[in-house]
Amino acid sequence: MAEIVKGETGDWEIVIGMEVHAQITSQSKLFSGAATAFGAEPNSQVSFVDAAMPGMLPVLNQYCVEQAIRTGLGLNAQINMTSVFERKNYFYPDLPQGYQISQFQHPIVGEGEIEIDLSDGTVKPIRIERLHMEQDAGKSLHDQHPTKSFVDLNRSGTALMEIVSRPDIRGAEEAAAYLSKLRMILRYLGTCDGNMDEGSMRADVNLSMRRVGEEKLGTRCEIKNVNSIKAVQMAIAYESRRQVEVLENGGTIKQETRLWDPAKGETRSMRSKEEAHDYRYFPDPDLLPLVLQPQLVEKIEASLPELPDQKKHRFMSEFGLGAYDASVLIAERSRADFFEQAAKGRNAKLVANWLLNELLALLNKEGKSIAESPISAAHLGQLVGLISDNTISGKIAKDVFADMFASGKDASQIVEEKGLKQVTDTGAIEKTIDEVLAENADKVGEFRSGKDKLFGFFVGQVMKKSGGKLNPSAVNDILMAKLKS
Amino acid sequence: MSIDKEIVRKVAGLARLSLSESDLERFTPQVAGIVKWVEMLGEVNTENVAPLANVVNVDLKLRPDIISDGGYQDKILANAPESMEGFFVVPKVVE
Amino acid sequence: MTELTNQTIAQALEGLKKKQFSAKELTEAHIKVMEETRHLNAYITETPEQALEAAQESDKKITAGDMRPLEGIPIGMKDLFCTKGVRTTAASKILGNFVPQYESTVSGKMLADGAVILGKTNLDEFAMGSSNTTSAFGNVISPWKRSDGSNADLVPGGSSGGSSAAVSARSCMAATGTDTGGSIRQPAAFCGIAGIKPTYGRCSRWGVIAFASSLDQPGIFARDVKDCAIVLKSMSGHDPKDSTSANKPVPEFAAALTGNVKGLKVGIPKEYNVEGMPAEITAIWQKGMDWLKTGGAEIVDISLPHTKYALPTYYIIAPAECSSNLARYDGVRYGLRVDGENLNDMYGKSRAAGFGNEVTRRILIGTYVLSSGYYDAYYIKAQKLRRLIYEDFINAYQKCDVILTPTAPSAAFAIGENDDDPLKMYLNDVFTVPASLAGIPGMSVPAGLDAQGLPLGLQILGRHWDEETVFRVSDFIETAAAFDAVPQMVKKAA
Repeated sequence: MAEIVKGETGDWEIVIGMEVHAQITSQSKLFSGAATAFGAEPNSQVSFVDAAMPGMLPVLNQYCVEQAIRTGLGLNAQINMTSVFERKNYFYPDLPQGYQISQFQHPIVGEGEIEIDLSDGTVKPIRIERLHMEQDAGKSLHDQHPTKSFVDLNRSGTALMEIVSRPDIRGAEEAAAYLSKLRMILRYLGTCDGNMDEGSMRADVNLSMRRVGEEKLGTRCEIKNVNSIKAVQMAIAYESRRQVEVLENGGTIKQETRLWDPAKGETRSMRSKEEAHDYRYFPDPDLLPLVLQPQLVEKIEASLPELPDQKKHRFMSEFGLGAYDASVLIAERSRADFFEQAAKGRNAKLVANWLLNELLALLNKEGKSIAESPISAAHLGQLVGLISDNTISGKIAKDVFADMFASGKDASQIVEEKGLKQVTDTGAIEKTIDEVLAENADKVGEFRSGKDKLFGFFVGQVMKKSGGKLNPSAVNDILMAKLKS
Repeated sequence: MSIDKEIVRKVAGLARLSLSESDLERFTPQVAGIVKWVEMLGEVNTENVAPLANVVNVDLKLRPDIISDGGYQDKILANAPESMEGFFVVPKVVE
Repeated sequence: MTELTNQTIAQALEGLKKKQFSAKELTEAHIKVMEETRHLNAYITETPEQALEAAQESDKKITAGDMRPLEGIPIGMKDLFCTKGVRTTAASKILGNFVPQYESTVSGKMLADGAVILGKTNLDEFAMGSSNTTSAFGNVISPWKRSDGSNADLVPGGSSGGSSAAVSARSCMAATGTDTGGSIRQPAAFCGIAGIKPTYGRCSRWGVIAFASSLDQPGIFARDVKDCAIVLKSMSGHDPKDSTSANKPVPEFAAALTGNVKGLKVGIPKEYNVEGMPAEITAIWQKGMDWLKTGGAEIVDISLPHTKYALPTYYIIAPAECSSNLARYDGVRYGLRVDGENLNDMYGKSRAAGFGNEVTRRILIGTYVLSSGYYDAYYIKAQKLRRLIYEDFINAYQKCDVILTPTAPSAAFAIGENDDDPLKMYLNDVFTVPASLAGIPGMSVPAGLDAQGLPLGLQILGRHWDEETVFRVSDFIETAAAFDAVPQMVKKAA
């Protein structure tokens, strides 16, 4: 679903490649034993290595390597058995070494592919070019003092995966879908918490424009500082229009880094980055090539969880769910797990309905996550079980559900306590029907003279009289028989 | 390629060395001379030779993911030319 | 007291054990020489109080019969090793008054083994130099003088010139060095003492201020081969904090000194017979061969065909790594800061003011060879040559067990003599650089004096991880050479 920008002189296509920086969920940093937790006192989670004190040396974190491999496998990508850490040289106050240890010519993960789900129900593959490991920089605070910047190195040296896509993305919707899918995969794998607010997942957008039908790529700009999926969409909308305007006015796009300004809703050139980039990459002589053992990769592969797309397809085939319901259920691993637990031995479709239409709506309203749900998966399953075996009707079930949500009690207990058990005994049903028919003899006459619509009225009266406890299909059958006789 | 003052000026900029004009004039012939001298490597045919980055023939050792370092803000800031409230302080960076 | 400063470490350990003198007395004697020889400028920072405290601790250990391998031995520490709480400068203004909050692995191991550190020895700025004339703390002057009465101040060699001068002048019994392209072996030769650069990866680089990481290797100077073997044992071993440190067992190096070289094959590389080499150097090299032959070793002609490319290869790789390693000196977290109008101005001014000429030159060269468009032509080319040079040695060791060469193409020169032309200065390292590029161990032992009474050294190179054979052959040559010359000033003091 390529988005077209309509210009004065014709239609333009948006071409986007994304670079996503995902912080690896590890206890300690990529090359040092300092902690990575968010929000600590400035410079308190900094080792001598992270501060680039003289003579300090990096030692690679095994777990981070495993997480990168795990992610690569989750992106259906090639794992490179030999990869090399290189130094990317540039000066910045929050880059203590004067270089970032990154991977350049030989990344740990090569080409892969993920599928994104679009709103029109289509699925589109997006190719992954590479994934490499690198150190994060510290943080500079520019607004604490009129003439000074403050530097905190707590984040310095934290492990990142940079995931680079091919320029396969054709607009804001696809970009958003790509980021959502990538985040979902990372969360399933447990390799990154995907929290864009805290900066543990950050996206740079490489965007260029070309006329529809043109094959050659245009000159691209890299947009930084886009810190949410919404911001990505807004930045794309702005930048694509800007580039079209420049191009249509006979201008050329300069390859540059632009900063997204969320307050002004615009991108602007980053002057500080404009000076010639010359990162002088070369292999870090403090480290040796990273050589992976095949057994390690095999072990990680064997331990991979079921990934979102696999789970979705299984939910569809195993439980007979529709594509939409399945994709909502798998959007979060905890939600999918909740569903599977609740659906165990129950009518899965019914469980999905209750989860999607009732429980999620209510949780959403109360701002709660599925983990905080007062109704456990087992209890939801039990409720559906009571409906399936006709212990309660669907209508009663709604009341029971509300009670469960408020009290945290299980369904059977509520049904028991409140005497909500459905009546299936035909004698009892017949008795109530007879009473209703006797009380409404006039209406019976009308019905019999052809006013069929009154049937619903009788059902309603019967259910009302019984407090909704009578089995609806039995009521239907018996009522019809009696009216017709 | 011969090295002139402008190249040295550019390189000094990349390396963040504020060199005066007289510094540049002094360093340019020295740098040019050394670079010219190392170009003798061009005599050797290295077409099928793989670059050698490190001579230590051991596997890269990895460490377990354990918090074993940090937690000493005072030591990190002990040698700082300027610091405030636990931060390093530098001239304001304008974006 | 002078007797105390004129013994070997092996003798001193024996004397301490037998309580012929105390560690405190031994340390005091060396502190006295350190003070008396201040005109050599061998130390940047003296730490006599800490030394005496450590010596007293040693005396307690000795009394308790709990002697450690280097108990009470006064040593000098090259001021490139970070020492906790003691200013560490790398002989550069850029480090200002940097006081490390941590102890380098090597100095830490030596302290744990009972060594007494007398102070931080002078060096070429960031270990870049072959004459110790690039230090921001002034030149180091060799204790040696030419016999012609000219009284010219001579260089002690570099970059570890403070260490070699101090050991030679008897102001410490041993001193650490680091060797990137010859910075231990060449000053050892110039100062008439023994010095070894072990295999790359033998000693941890953690806490050693980096010059060129793929080449830097800590090592030791002492007055004889055996002392080097004793101290190197303490310094060596795997360090999980250094990814390039090897997990290899550390042999008892001193046990390798059997005095027997029978059957050993000693390679003589024809390429080291460089044009214009002084006859005295050729002669001492020949002497070395003759001694070994007499001892039953076999002299084998070998070829290291890419030798002539070693220096230009080195002068691409080392500056490239240095340009990156020295990027951290930016005036933000430690060291010199010169205020500027903005951040970049502050960086530029601090770095220009903080680095001396030689360091600046190498940063410029290194930045240039790594920059876009030149990387393949220079840096990758140099790495390819490095492989060829490495393979030269691997091939040579198919034919021989060790390689014998002169350590340097000349004896010590006068301060200022080679200053006009950096290239001329670089040629000093012509015999030491190839082994650095290959990462193999190399040792220099004094083998004789030239016509002006200055020491000349022979270099013994071994296979990777085979310091034992290097020590064995070096010890044999040392014995055969019976080198007993000492600087005039030491003689006078005695």
